[in-house]
Amino acid sequence: MSSYQEATARQRIAGMLDPGSFDEFLPPQMRVVSPHLPQLDAPVSFDDGVAVGRGTMDGRWVFIAAQEGGFMGGAVGEVHGAKLAGMLRRAIDENPDAVLLLLETGGVRLHEANAGLIAVSEVMRAVMDVRAAGIPVISLVGGSNGCFGGMGIVARCTNGVVISEESRLAMSGPEVIETAGGVEEFDARDRALVWRVTGGKHRYLIGDAQAIVADDIGAFRAAALQLADAARGRGSELTLEALEAEQRMLTSRIDRFGGCEDPLEIWEALGIEDPHGVPLLETDAFRELADGHREGAAA
Amino acid sequence: METLRFNFSGGQRRLDGARLVGVVGSGNLEVLIEQRPLNGGCEVEISTAAHGFGPIWEAVVRDFHQRWQLADVHVAINDMGATPAVVSLRLDQAAESITGDVK
Repeated sequence: MSSYQEATARQRIAGMLDPGSFDEFLPPQMRVVSPHLPQLDAPVSFDDGVAVGRGTMDGRWVFIAAQEGGFMGGAVGEVHGAKLAGMLRRAIDENPDAVLLLLETGGVRLHEANAGLIAVSEVMRAVMDVRAAGIPVISLVGGSNGCFGGMGIVARCTNGVVISEESRLAMSGPEVIETAGGVEEFDARDRALVWRVTGGKHRYLIGDAQAIVADDIGAFRAAALQLADAARGRGSELTLEALEAEQRMLTSRIDRFGGCEDPLEIWEALGIEDPHGVPLLETDAFRELADGHREGAAA
Repeated sequence: METLRFNFSGGQRRLDGARLVGVVGSGNLEVLIEQRPLNGGCEVEISTAAHGFGPIWEAVVRDFHQRWQLADVHVAINDMGATPAVVSLRLDQAAESITGDVK
């Protein structure tokens, strides 16, 4: 076991790819850093908090990106976003077997908000273009910061999400919801509530994540390969048919669960006998239970 | 941000390529170590969020140079208020990762 959560972005890439096969685009020694942070007298990072490149993975040729959650929470600035979008566009030219996005981010970097917002929208468009080119894109969400904001949307634009119970996936973060809606709406200090709502288990149960794994780099690697191979087999492109199926799934979700106050009620409505026991289950036992009840995950 | 630059000479150990270790986070730093022709010198360039700690930085990087005796090496640091012990640890990590040698 090697913890995915505890690893840095670069350690995660090293754990995903065959040893020595990582060929990085715009490596740190090129010093392509944020032009905005120095104006605010804030520290820069030589890779602007993301490593992108290509390599091999069990004989497959993959493109890969990993966000560093330790640098500004993995937030997307102008350079960071351009590196992600550029890697995706280059993937279309070089036609790898898959693209892996190792996401750990709070979303847009507010220090360079407009540039970051544009960058995130470019990443979304690029993900769709890669998929349309027949190349599966898989998201891996296993960092302690989770995956939030615009990058939460990016994760759900991909062919599949691999998540761990410890990690989280959502649009607005708990503090943002509490600030906007009040503590009665959402208590961001209630960690159990935060994990019930945004954590990996809930995301898997309601069909937002297609695989849930233990906090282990090898487990993430195996699940990502499996999702990539499956997506390649059935076609990675987002079709109108798939989009309509997704819309039906979301409509039925809001019909069935829109009145629920807490994920515990949703899990009960899904037919889980002991919803209070769900947070305590180990990953394997949880997966076994969940697979009989979870929402069908349309890719 | 404060920028500091220190130069050392007399090292013999040369290395190839470049490595990055550490992360720019609170109380942490990243160290980019790379081979660069410097007439046998070792240059350390620091960009730090904590102002006014020049003499402590000098002591920490001087110790580093004495431990590793690097020549034609450039070390660049982005720092967010790491303590001297963490800085020494990261510097050693950088040197270990690029030389494959553990001191």
